Amino acid sequence: MANALPTVGQRFTNGLFSENPTFRQILGICPTLAVTYSVASALTMAGAVTFVLVCSAILISQIRHLLKPHLRILVFTLTIAVFVTIADRLVAAFLYDMSKQLGPYIPLIIVNCIIIARCEICFSKQGLVPAIGDALGQAGGHTLGLLAIASTREILGKGTWGGMSVLGDSWPAWGVLAAAPGAFLTLGLLLALVNHLTDKQAKPMWPFGALFNLLGRKRQVAPVREK
Amino acid sequence: MEQVIESEPSAPVVLHVSPGPHVHSRSLSTRRMMLDVLIALAPVLVAAIAVFRLYALMQVGICVASCLAFEWLFAAMRGRRAALDDGSAAVTGVILGLSLPWSAPWYVALIGGMTAIGLGKACFGGLGQNIFNPAMVGRAFVMMSFPAMGAKAYIGSAFDVVSQATPLSAAKTHTAFADLWVLFIGNHNGSLGEVSAVACLVGGIYLCVRRTASWEIPVAAILSVALFGGIGNLMYPANAWTVAHHLLSGALLFGAFYIATDPVSSPLTPPGKWIFGAALGGLVVLIRVFTNYPEGVMFAVLIMNAVVPLINRWTIPTPVGGPWKPAKK
Repeated sequence: MANALPTVGQRFTNGLFSENPTFRQILGICPTLAVTYSVASALTMAGAVTFVLVCSAILISQIRHLLKPHLRILVFTLTIAVFVTIADRLVAAFLYDMSKQLGPYIPLIIVNCIIIARCEICFSKQGLVPAIGDALGQAGGHTLGLLAIASTREILGKGTWGGMSVLGDSWPAWGVLAAAPGAFLTLGLLLALVNHLTDKQAKPMWPFGALFNLLGRKRQVAPVREK
Repeated sequence: MEQVIESEPSAPVVLHVSPGPHVHSRSLSTRRMMLDVLIALAPVLVAAIAVFRLYALMQVGICVASCLAFEWLFAAMRGRRAALDDGSAAVTGVILGLSLPWSAPWYVALIGGMTAIGLGKACFGGLGQNIFNPAMVGRAFVMMSFPAMGAKAYIGSAFDVVSQATPLSAAKTHTAFADLWVLFIGNHNGSLGEVSAVACLVGGIYLCVRRTASWEIPVAAILSVALFGGIGNLMYPANAWTVAHHLLSGALLFGAFYIATDPVSSPLTPPGKWIFGAALGGLVVLIRVFTNYPEGVMFAVLIMNAVVPLINRWTIPTPVGGPWKPAKK
């Protein structure tokens, strides 16, 4: 059984790309939609999730032999709640304005599916090193996802990136992208884009096909799908 | 298990038509319907040009050009032939242009055209697949992105009319109540297409007579607004904003005749069309009276578009020779 589980390197890269929490597993969508109106808030959120993930990985992987099957979810939730409370108080202490801005979304990391899913899938089954690799990979993937959505929304919606002016003052801010509907629109469009670009069967759409050729990366259109 | 999949599969034939003589009608092509809509929009466009002069022409022109260009671009990205000649993108452009205020800057029309075609139509798979009216998707996007565009005089006002508040905004703030005759003729400020009630009626009746639009939807919407506006009138008889004002002002007639009757995003069955129109009218009054928005036709149309699949399911007609009532299990 132990041989079948992925190694630390596989866990890390899977979390970043092939099992990306935002674009592949579509987990943790509530904070993804709620805090990506600006890059700064998205990065704060991603940092808090990274902290909780890594700490939970360390603790859960160490106590995994003590877990009783029927009580494991309870233990996971309590562990996560401890670290979320620490993260929430830390943000409130050192980033007070950001804490005010994010409101309930830092405490809500407790119910973030990414963390409890990783507890169930990896932390409670593997040792310290793979668990930390997995936590860092998933946190990195989550950060990449949040950053992609937040960058799109902030650049088009406000003309800035992380508060710095990108498109100039004459840019007509697309207010709807910085508002709530923009979160859904951007997530949907980026999800479609990621699916399209990673689909080995599909012929790349016009600008992307040309871009692949330009980069010398000829897309192989695979004739056989392995099951 | 290995399964060979063609890299570019051709579309499967989903509907096999049985042999036998079939009536073939050229009169119900997409192109003919879209031409009819364009003809019906002509009086509205003329009224808009009469009130707003070249601003109206410029707004509609940019919207049509933007819609055609993005229709071509998105079709090319999907590797399809762009069906520019069927006129559907042009109709979307004209309706979008007529639903914008004269003072909207050029990029509003451009972005509106892009989102109407891209988010409203291409994302769902092109003409006939869209669940929302594309022009209203584009308008909702720009209205929520640039809320100030109608309020400020962008280029400098040309007439007395265009510097006034729109009749519905004025009524919302209880500053002024428009004269009914002015609302009927169209000599007031507002979005380009909504100024003249009489132009909307002329074009709309043409559409219904030609059977391009279903008459049930506008009739139901207007009756419903009359009913709910009438209830409001009876409850507050002192209010100067009467049911006639509700009927003649804003985008109600334009929306009821040109936007709600879009055959793709409205119900298929006659009972469904009555339900659709009546609920639309109710939502319009609800949004006008009880929310911060002065006008509710756009949101009412979008909300009702979302409900259309349900309405279609509720109103499946009994087939010929079928049971008198649908069997319940």
